[in-house]
Amino acid sequence: MKVYEKPNALYGTFERKTGPALESTHYCQGCSHGNVHKMIAEALVDFGVQDRTVFVSPVGCAVFGFYYFDTGHIQAAHGRAPAVATGIKRANPNSIVLSYQGDGDLAAIGTAETIHAANRGENITVIFINNAIYGMTGGQMAPTTLIEQHTTTTPGGRVEGIHGNPIRMCEMISTLTAPTYVERVAIGNSKHIMKARKAIRKALQIQIEGRGYSFIEILSTCPSGWKMTPPDARDWMLEHMTKVFPLGVFKDESKAREPGSWDRVIKPFEPEAVGAYLKDFVGATVADPSQSKPQEMHCKFAGFGGQGILTMGLFWAQLAMRAGSKVSWIPSYGPEMRGGTANCQVNIADERIGTPLVEEPTMLAVMNQPSLEKFEAEVVPGGVLLVDTSMVKTAPTRTDIKTVLIPASEMANQMGTSKVANVILLGALTAATDAFPFEYVIKTLPELIKKKSLVEMNIEAFTRGYQYVREQQNG
Amino acid sequence: MAGVPYLEVASELCKGCELCMGVCPKQCIAIGDKLNSASYRPVYYTGENCTGCGLCFYACPEPGAIRVVKP
Ligand SMILES: Cc1ncc(C[n+]2csc(CCOP(=O)(O)OP(=O)(O)O)c2C)c(N)n1
Ligand code: SF4
Ligand code: SF4
Repeated sequence: MKVYEKPNALYGTFERKTGPALESTHYCQGCSHGNVHKMIAEALVDFGVQDRTVFVSPVGCAVFGFYYFDTGHIQAAHGRAPAVATGIKRANPNSIVLSYQGDGDLAAIGTAETIHAANRGENITVIFINNAIYGMTGGQMAPTTLIEQHTTTTPGGRVEGIHGNPIRMCEMISTLTAPTYVERVAIGNSKHIMKARKAIRKALQIQIEGRGYSFIEILSTCPSGWKMTPPDARDWMLEHMTKVFPLGVFKDESKAREPGSWDRVIKPFEPEAVGAYLKDFVGATVADPSQSKPQEMHCKFAGFGGQGILTMGLFWAQLAMRAGSKVSWIPSYGPEMRGGTANCQVNIADERIGTPLVEEPTMLAVMNQPSLEKFEAEVVPGGVLLVDTSMVKTAPTRTDIKTVLIPASEMANQMGTSKVANVILLGALTAATDAFPFEYVIKTLPELIKKKSLVEMNIEAFTRGYQYVREQQNG
Repeated sequence: MAGVPYLEVASELCKGCELCMGVCPKQCIAIGDKLNSASYRPVYYTGENCTGCGLCFYACPEPGAIRVVKP
């Protein structure tokens, strides 16, 4: 006896809605997504892989895949399904991973992920629903929309000179070396549908056997987006879409690929190995037990790009980290490598830090005029404001904060390079806040500087900045 | 004794798209005239000639709408 019925890899009821609709999909009347779901689910059951399948659903009408497939599931950000599928497959090579995507998802926003997953020959199955339109968002033009096809964004029809031509994904992907199997099928009449079924099964089989990447493009109908009845949509698809998107096998190397040869097995990291590796890498980042942690601080360092602003904040954060504090450091800069404005924000605390942003600094160091003007008002009352007076010509206006003025850039120039102005400021800051003992910094700073030939000069710069402020304090 | 093949339509799930009708080689599916609670017009099996080929099952987009039994 043979029974054709809803396969067990689809849930009995779809918990998305209540009432009689509980067993019905959210897809429109005559939408091909349902046909494809059914055939995939049937194959998963027939091949006995349902329990180790992870279905990656896209953004688009198939976004609710998790309501339907009784498998593992991840819903990816728009276009990212093949990248997510790559991660799942590599982390868990025994899983069967389906990247199920519409044309907006796969061929517009996700083109890069699509091409590169194919190019790497990930051992996954990509199911590409080409319905020539953005269904979910209400029928906008997709990369696969036909010339002269009317959509909400091409109300006069798609025009080559304005919108470009429909993209043929199978043709593109089959030029790549890695993919194993690339075929275009259609949800048209029975002959087409049974071919589509065969292609889906073959693609899954290839993955199960570790023979590599498959790409199945399925010409589909979107009666709602196309504003047609389902039978008219099917006929239109067969008449017009197959001319632009010819059906057939574009690449099939499944026989030549050794089973298992495309399993990209990556050994999971051993925690001890990671620990050992990191220790080597960061040297003595282990907190210095001789040092007591600094008090809580929220710092902002700001100036022009190229002044060493980001490094200054990073050193400050690293000094605190090695003293045992929890720290965060986040840079913020414009597109220019030199000359634009740059700032970085550093939090230092005993507790875990929630946000890396500093909106109410207890400490602000500025190395240019715009930064003083922009950030002075943010400093909390009682906070510290450090100004490089070589670069900032107007005096700070706040009287409820502690202001420290130092001509750091000129002092650096006297040392032969303006590049150490940032470290002079760090010295000044250390003296002004007493955040760290002088000796601790002198001992730790050399470990933070990558170029060993520059250590001496930086120690000198730090010391000059520190002494400058101490002298002011004393006198 | 081999029974007679037949199909069943779950009329509450059928969306009345008529795609099954178009693929049935024996034209044994017909459109009904009543609305279901989702306000679609479900199809029904005319009761004769189903060979149990299953083509309507694959043409139907709605997973639970058609069931074909070939004894
Ligand atoms: C990052 C992002 N950009 C845009 C959207 C809006 N959006 C939702 S679905 C969709 C298009 C989906 O079209 P397609 O992939 O063809 O799938 P279909 O709905 O036709 O099945 C877009 C642009 C979004 N959700 N996320
Ligand atoms: S909008 Fe189009 S793709 Fe989306 S469910 Fe409806 S018919 Fe299917
Ligand atoms: S194909 Fe399915 S949903 Fe469409 S009319 Fe036939 S039984 Fe109903």
